[in-house]
Amino acid sequence: MRPLTEEETRVMFEKIAKYIGENLQLLVDRPDGTYCFRLHNDRVYYVSEKILKLAANISGDKLVSLGTCFGKFTKTHKFRLHITALDYLAPYAKYKVWIKPGAEQSFLYGNHVLKSGLGRITENTSQYQGVVVYSMADIPLIQVNVMITSPGRGTWLAP
Amino acid sequence: MEGQNVEELLAKAERDEAEKLQRITVHKELELEFDLGNLLALDRNPPTGLRHAGPTQEAELRALARDNTQLLINQLWQLPTERVEEALVARLPEPTTRLPREKPVPRPRPLTRWQQFARLKGIRPKKKTNLVWDEVSGQWRRRWGYQRARDDTKEWLIEVPGNADPMEDQFAKRIQAKKERVAKNELNRLRNLARAHKIQLPSATGMHPTGHQSKEELGRAMQVARVSTASVGRFQERLPKEKAPRGSGKKRKFQPLFGDFAAEKKSQLEMLRVMNSKKPQMDVTRATNKQMREEDQEEAAKRRKMSQKGKRKGGRQGPGSKRKGGPPSQGGKRKGGLGGKMNSAPPALGGRRKGGQHHGGKRRK
Repeated sequence: MRPLTEEETRVMFEKIAKYIGENLQLLVDRPDGTYCFRLHNDRVYYVSEKILKLAANISGDKLVSLGTCFGKFTKTHKFRLHITALDYLAPYAKYKVWIKPGAEQSFLYGNHVLKSGLGRITENTSQYQGVVVYSMADIPLIQVNVMITSPGRGTWLAP
Repeated sequence: MEGQNVEELLAKAERDEAEKLQRITVHKELELEFDLGNLLALDRNPPTGLRHAGPTQEAELRALARDNTQLLINQLWQLPTERVEEALVARLPEPTTRLPREKPVPRPRPLTRWQQFARLKGIRPKKKTNLVWDEVSGQWRRRWGYQRARDDTKEWLIEVPGNADPMEDQFAKRIQAKKERVAKNELNRLRNLARAHKIQLPSATGMHPTGHQSKEELGRAMQVARVSTASVGRFQERLPKEKAPRGSGKKRKFQPLFGDFAAEKKSQLEMLRVMNSKKPQMDVTRATNKQMREEDQEEAAKRRKMSQKGKRKGGRQGPGSKRKGGPPSQGGKRKGGLGGKMNSAPPALGGRRKGGQHHGGKRRK
């Protein structure tokens, strides 16, 4: 377990900033406690200082996980965000997409969302923007990266 | 009239002199203390003029600085001068003020192995004479060093001892022994040095071939041998099937696990700030696309109007300027300077691109 290097922090922040933008500093600098990012076995964990001090007493090969896993670094040092980060990203998300109940199941099983299945969407969302997808009951489902617009300009989704 | 002119000139000259003198001489209640070696002037006059006035003291401060500098320069002009390579130079006296240390006090070095041993045993260094009488050469020679008194490598006659091999070269044996002693001494010196500076001496533990070495040890020895050339291994070719060793790079150093949390937070916030400041305030792609959409809408509206009026004069004239995707200037606003020929759009733009056609039409504002 070790803290992240400058390079790794930068890569991770760039990825997370795609979803929450400048609200990332609210994650770094929290009023209710000191939270930090630690790397263990290529995975990045977001953990409070208290838990970190307890986890330091466990040897590295026996430690499985600590705090919340935000994602992992791949072999080529790219950062891949995991679903476990959703609880921390959803409140700070800049662009949100709500899907209708009918399309929700289909989406959760991996299919694309058609325009008819889209309930609401924050305005000024550009193409390929990172968004957090919510169900109609305001439950965050997942964070996705790609948003495909219908072809041609002049539609409601165009930038 | 000429007399008057002369008088005027003289008066003017006198006034100029007085002014210059006034500028040069400065009146101070307490004399300044000078340390010309450090070019230092110490003014102990109480700064009465500066206390009462408001925050902007610029003029008074500047006047004070000028006066003190003038006095210092006056002192410098009184120093003895000399000529150094066509320049007139004043010779400064020795500095009198003692400046504080620049670097911290050097920490005490750890004792060498011999010093530790001597301290333990209570051995004190015996006082020895510098020169020793040498019988062979019949003169006083030094105890050790160049042309020393008893140098056994320099003897011209050595008796072969009874138990030694008659074919052995005794002279070479003595020279060899001396070389070994020198090498051992040097090794000990380096070890002491390494202990003092707390660095590790590069050890040669696995480098002597014994015949019972493991594959890794042999690999390591091979790597060390490869790097031990004058070019530090840069021009050593590898054998056809030889692979580069793993883990021969420098070991990385990471921050400690519980370092200073506040410092970590600060550096992360700083990184975020830099990241946010580097992002362009205006997304150029979005701006261009927006612009193009607006233009399209205007054009469409215009075309509709034209078709409503029903005017068709053998080819459309109105919207004769075919729109092309062109990058706007930095604010997304189109300025008149961009009129005329437009370059083809960069591929980053999502808008339409007309491949290379140039229309000489006017650009709409």
